[in-house]
Amino acid sequence: MKAKKIIIAVTPLLIFLVLVLVFKSSLSNDPRKLETKLVGQKVPSFKLGSVTNPEQVITDADLPKEIYLLNVWGTWCVSCYAEHPYLMEFSKTYPIKWVGMNYKDQPKDAIDYLQKYGDPFIYSIADISGQLGIDLGVYGAPETFIVDAEGYIRDRHVGVIDNRVWNKVIVPKLEAIGWENKL
Amino acid sequence: MKTFLITLCLLVSFTNLANETYQFDSPEQERLYREIANELRCPKCQNQSIADSDAPLSEDLRYLVYQKLKAGENKQQILQYMQDRYGDFVLYDPPISPKNYVLWFMPLLVFIIIIIALIARVGRRELQPEDEAEE
Repeated sequence: MKAKKIIIAVTPLLIFLVLVLVFKSSLSNDPRKLETKLVGQKVPSFKLGSVTNPEQVITDADLPKEIYLLNVWGTWCVSCYAEHPYLMEFSKTYPIKWVGMNYKDQPKDAIDYLQKYGDPFIYSIADISGQLGIDLGVYGAPETFIVDAEGYIRDRHVGVIDNRVWNKVIVPKLEAIGWENKL
Repeated sequence: MKTFLITLCLLVSFTNLANETYQFDSPEQERLYREIANELRCPKCQNQSIADSDAPLSEDLRYLVYQKLKAGENKQQILQYMQDRYGDFVLYDPPISPKNYVLWFMPLLVFIIIIIALIARVGRRELQPEDEAEE
């Protein structure tokens, strides 16, 4: 019965080790980061104004026909101020278009913001009512959606994109869907 | 003091629903509105329902629920609408799916293993009583 005793002695230890591994992996898992249901779906249809050009009407059909990034921002969003200098830099140094989605903002505040800190976007969609934000499942700006040439959402990043996130997360994901990092 | 705090918490948690003066077509519709608002989780402030939460997003979602009820949508349609946008997370009662099989079936599995182990042990004890005595 020696084998049995060894099994009885080792089992709790094994269970303990499995639990340690499970909890360890959960530590790096941020519960505030939610999955998005929209991966694999088209950008929801919308018809909204542009922040910088009040005359212009933007619909989902006007979005770029190439891989681009859709960035949800607002002047009420504190983290957006931290992210903005990075967006300015990335939009200048990398061959990718950024479309802004100005979420639940006052048009005047949004214009002032872009004039003061610079405008990294080809244009910013003014979602004053927040309906497009709800259709996109936005829950915490800044959020960035990776959209492919056919207009399908391929991924979403919630939170500030700084140099580290850009190089470690965004660029690999863009390259995986066929983006070429060449100017 | 404790009673006071609990009362305060309850009062605060009810005010969000009471603050908004929505006009309902029937008491039944209002009851349904409260029911849905209490079953949807606020995606921004994760441990509150949209009924409890003061976040602007919850406010928008409550208004959306109200509008949809007014438009004649049923509870299932509204929950589905939210789920399509915010995922299973938004539901306080998420459906059983491969992602949570472990959660649902692990206790059952453990229970079955214990029963089998007990049966095996008791059965063996009855057959070989002298073996038990040795240990």
